[in-house]
Amino acid sequence: MADTRHDAVDTSAPVLQFRGVTKVFPDGTHALSDITFDVRRGEFVSIVGPSGCGKSTILRIASGLLPASRGDVNLADDNIGYVFQDATLLPWRTVRKNVELFGELHKVDKEELTRIAQDAIDLVGLTDFEDHHPRRLSGGMKMRVSLARSLTLNPGLFLFDEPFGALDEITRERLNEELLNLFLSENFGAVFITHSLYEAVYLSTRVIAMSPRPGRLIQEFEVPFKYPRRPELRFEPEFAELTGRVSAALRGGSQ
Amino acid sequence: MTSEEKLLEARPTIIQSEKGGTSIPQPEADQGRLARTLVTAAAPAGFFVLFMAGWYLVSYVIMTPRRRFLMPPPHEIIAEGFGKSDNLIQILTGLWQTTRVAFLGLVIAIAIGLVLATLMSQARWIENSVYPYAVVLQTVPIIALVPLIGLWFDYNFQARVIVSVIISLFPIITNTLFGLRSADSSHHDLFTLHGATRMTRLRKLMIPGSVPAMFTGFRISAGLSVIGAIVSDFFFRQGAPGIGRLLDIYRLNIQMEMLYVAIFWSSMLGVVMFWGFGMAGNLLTRKWHDASLAGG
Ligand SMILES: Nc1ncnc2c1ncn2[C@@H]1O[C@H](COP(=O)(O)OP(=O)(O)OP(=O)(O)O)[C@@H](O)[C@H]1O
Ligand SMILES: [Mg+2]
Repeated sequence: MADTRHDAVDTSAPVLQFRGVTKVFPDGTHALSDITFDVRRGEFVSIVGPSGCGKSTILRIASGLLPASRGDVNLADDNIGYVFQDATLLPWRTVRKNVELFGELHKVDKEELTRIAQDAIDLVGLTDFEDHHPRRLSGGMKMRVSLARSLTLNPGLFLFDEPFGALDEITRERLNEELLNLFLSENFGAVFITHSLYEAVYLSTRVIAMSPRPGRLIQEFEVPFKYPRRPELRFEPEFAELTGRVSAALRGGSQ
Repeated sequence: MTSEEKLLEARPTIIQSEKGGTSIPQPEADQGRLARTLVTAAAPAGFFVLFMAGWYLVSYVIMTPRRRFLMPPPHEIIAEGFGKSDNLIQILTGLWQTTRVAFLGLVIAIAIGLVLATLMSQARWIENSVYPYAVVLQTVPIIALVPLIGLWFDYNFQARVIVSVIISLFPIITNTLFGLRSADSSHHDLFTLHGATRMTRLRKLMIPGSVPAMFTGFRISAGLSVIGAIVSDFFFRQGAPGIGRLLDIYRLNIQMEMLYVAIFWSSMLGVVMFWGFGMAGNLLTRKWHDASLAGG
């Protein structure tokens, strides 16, 4: 079933739509220039580009934290998951209470919330760590809590801003597997920002390369590999070839 | 091996011990902690011995017998201040008086300080209108105000409490405000994304996040409130005598032993208040600050 997933991308309305979005900050910094792309449910779109090209700004605009200067942004649903590089857990709350936070903010019924939070905790493999405080968790576990917290609201769109950027290679690869499993089971749309081209290609249905500031989209790459993807995929020639093409596009764009 | 894997490996033990309802047994860690406590206790204890030795040296060797009264040896001070019940009752009564003033002053300062800091955290214009006065309150030499406050409030208990409040208010405001402002912008983003109201943001993010800084403020102010209580008492020279008044009386009567005893008690009061708030703060925040507390 999962093999056919790539063809099963929801072709109805996109969950996120950018049309000619430009962003100029009040101080005159021209961050984004004419950004247009769509994300549908079941699509995993990675954005790669040099530091400062406006990747985080795209997500902040998509989530409504920032207004666009020009252009249109359409969200199918306000219910989005936003995962930052830092797990942004509240240190005074236990794992359970951290995972329950968003539900509390949305006034979800207490009993219902307890159940949803437990499901999310189990889903990210943190069963039996519910009563720990973030201080006692490793970086990878904190990131899992952050994922679980966003999963409680069952969003149709996830925004990831370099979520695994601060983690070591081994943890990062493991979390990549787990994220793909979540993607396959929960069927959300995702925008994923990373500095690692390997991570981008490995996870995504599509990779978008951006130019240096002011950020423009240089090129989009469809990733043809079927899900579920095995970790060994990273060492296959087709994978290297595609990664190489993305890399070349980025280098070309920075000249 | 990554720290993640270590934790995962350690998982069975943690689960077992927690299901058993006991904390993780860690004999080595406990021994280590004991040893560390001994070391941290040994240094001040060693200093205390040196200090006492130095005191006796000054009393008996450097001071001529005629001037020895300026620095009586410790055992005479103890005999005078703790051995004689009249003296002991007098000083404890004064201490109680000062403690009441300091404590009430601190409680009021905390109440006012928390309210002001919370309001200031909510709007820049409130901060801009209140803050300059808080600074003025802090920079005016409080001694200069003491006679005036005494006159206004008839040199009574109330007047002493007011001095104590004024002198201890500022650190509470600044530290609490700093704490309320300390939440990361990404945390604020989360609350914004999920439509949190101003009140929810304050209750679930800003106030819990401010607790450590808040208690730093309480601790500093605890010491100041004692100073306020003693200073006002010292200057007023009227009303029920506290430690400040006794200090003055002992000075006038050249009761040198008792002067030292009064200094001792007033220091103890400050230290106890300082530690009390320090411990309360640590208890509240240890789970999220101290990773070494594996039992939690
Ligand atoms: N609030 C702001 N005001 C002015 N300029 C800003 C603001 N936020 C971001 N910028 C600028 O906009 C540009 C894009 O920033 P952004 O954080 O989106 O980059 P990025 O691609 O995410 O970079 P990185 O890969 O380092 O995270 C940068 O040059 C940054 O300095
Ligand atoms: Mg960024």
